[in-house]
Amino acid sequence: MKVEQISIFIENKSGRLAEVTRVLGDAGVNIRALSLADTSDFGILRLIVNDCEAANRVLREQGFTVSKTEVVAVEVPDQPGGLTRILQVLDTEAINVEYMYAFVEQCGGNAVIIFRFDDSDRAIRALLTKGFTILDGQRLYTM
Amino acid sequence: MATYFNEEFETLPRPALEALQLTRLRNALERVYATVPFYRASFDMAGIRPGDVKSLEDLQRLPFTTKQDMRDSYPYGLFAAPLEEIVRIHASSGTTGKPTVVGYTHKDIEVWSELMARSFVAAGAHRGDIIHNAYGYGLFTGGLGAHYGAERLGASVIPISGGNTRRQIMIMQDFGSTVLTCTPSYSLFMAEEARAEGVDIRDLKLRVGIFGAEPWSEAMRGEIEDKLNLDAIDIYGLSEIMGPGVAIECIEAKHGLHIWEDHFIPEIINPETGELLPVGETGELVITTITKQGIPLIRYRTRDVTSLTYEPCVCGRSHARITRMSGRSDDMIIVRGVNVFPSQIESVLVGIEGVEPHYLLIVDRHDNLDTLEVQVEVDERLFSDEVKVLQSLARRIEKEIKDMLGVTCKAKLVEPRTIQRSEGKAQRVIDKRKL
Repeated sequence: MKVEQISIFIENKSGRLAEVTRVLGDAGVNIRALSLADTSDFGILRLIVNDCEAANRVLREQGFTVSKTEVVAVEVPDQPGGLTRILQVLDTEAINVEYMYAFVEQCGGNAVIIFRFDDSDRAIRALLTKGFTILDGQRLYTM
Repeated sequence: MATYFNEEFETLPRPALEALQLTRLRNALERVYATVPFYRASFDMAGIRPGDVKSLEDLQRLPFTTKQDMRDSYPYGLFAAPLEEIVRIHASSGTTGKPTVVGYTHKDIEVWSELMARSFVAAGAHRGDIIHNAYGYGLFTGGLGAHYGAERLGASVIPISGGNTRRQIMIMQDFGSTVLTCTPSYSLFMAEEARAEGVDIRDLKLRVGIFGAEPWSEAMRGEIEDKLNLDAIDIYGLSEIMGPGVAIECIEAKHGLHIWEDHFIPEIINPETGELLPVGETGELVITTITKQGIPLIRYRTRDVTSLTYEPCVCGRSHARITRMSGRSDDMIIVRGVNVFPSQIESVLVGIEGVEPHYLLIVDRHDNLDTLEVQVEVDERLFSDEVKVLQSLARRIEKEIKDMLGVTCKAKLVEPRTIQRSEGKAQRVIDKRKL
């Protein structure tokens, strides 16, 4: 039920982000969703791509520090209060959200949010029990 | 059971060794007084004649010789032998101004070769070894010094010199190199390059690495031994005194470097006052050459910081040991009044799991306050997709440096392989202060 995300360490220097997107573009890798966490010294670029293996390989070849993390993609009703209902479930279960970001495409009229939880397995169980839809990698990469 | 290259001299009992030193010292003093105007003038000014030196303790009455004295006598002013007898000239890289120039007679080259051969044996090398000599050949003494020693030992030497790392790795693989000689930072660079080439350097036949020409730490030894799968041995030397092979660790103890006392007399002084320090205390190493003909140096201030011990060693060599260099008294940086040696920072870094010993110190001054930035590369073992993990790593580095050195710094995480790798001596400090 989990989705593979790749994270890239980026120093705060001009042109580094462009270099990542150029490398991925040259390799024919399509970025499906992204978020950039930034600090004064460095940033962490997190990506969902259509071909995780290829992205990982070409970025490493170019000397980037890359890691793979499993995240959870949840369908959120595209209406006021949709996200709150999800967060309430997590709150009740005392599950922490480390970070989250939105997916570019919609899924059948619903928004998709990428979550990184401190306990993914428990989060997935809790959300499924409450009737939410979790998207698997195959579905997401090709959306 | 240890093996020796010259058992008689390497294990000479201390009383005999000291008697030999005194005889050789007195001869050396007579010779420099007679042949080098600089020494005649400086001894006269200090009011001492070579004949006044009747014991080894009297050595401390003699004036020091400094690198500046060598520069002032550029190029041949301190030579004690006529140029007709000089068969080789080396020079040290002058970071400021002119290089310092040294000349060797035929006899000097012979002594150097023997001391380097002794050093190879102490490090665990022997005839039949294939010595991959990646020290630079040229004016720098490293390449030729190790080369002559290897030939004197009767090993097979590959005079590869520095640079072209891919080719070095291919040659080590194909020629079956068993001993590697280079700077410690270059050995790690090689391991990294090999990995990038898909070669695990641990699988090669390398058994011993003899590393010198820059200060390194005990923690870095662990790192090198682990990454290259060999015994990493520290060697010490400087071109002014001879070149590599002035002192070497024995593989039996790996604890302090034996300085070949039948050719050199070591002393440790307080670099501020010039006073001789009690045995065991840390200070600046001063060396007197007692057999050199080309350019004998009396009480030469090496600027290297170490301490001396005369405790017997498990290897059976009777020669004193100097501890691993903790830095150079002129490499030392003073940050907000605290003395900092790059090697101290290095030992903190290698003590933190996953941190590579590639680092850069940037010293600057803002609003009259010194700042120290420590740049550290983030590799895959350290990297996390969570900001807080990386930030806590940076805080941990800052805290450990503060705890060990008492200096506040800012740790900056940078992308891997962005800190410049050096194929010779690594540059570790950039001082931007305009003083």
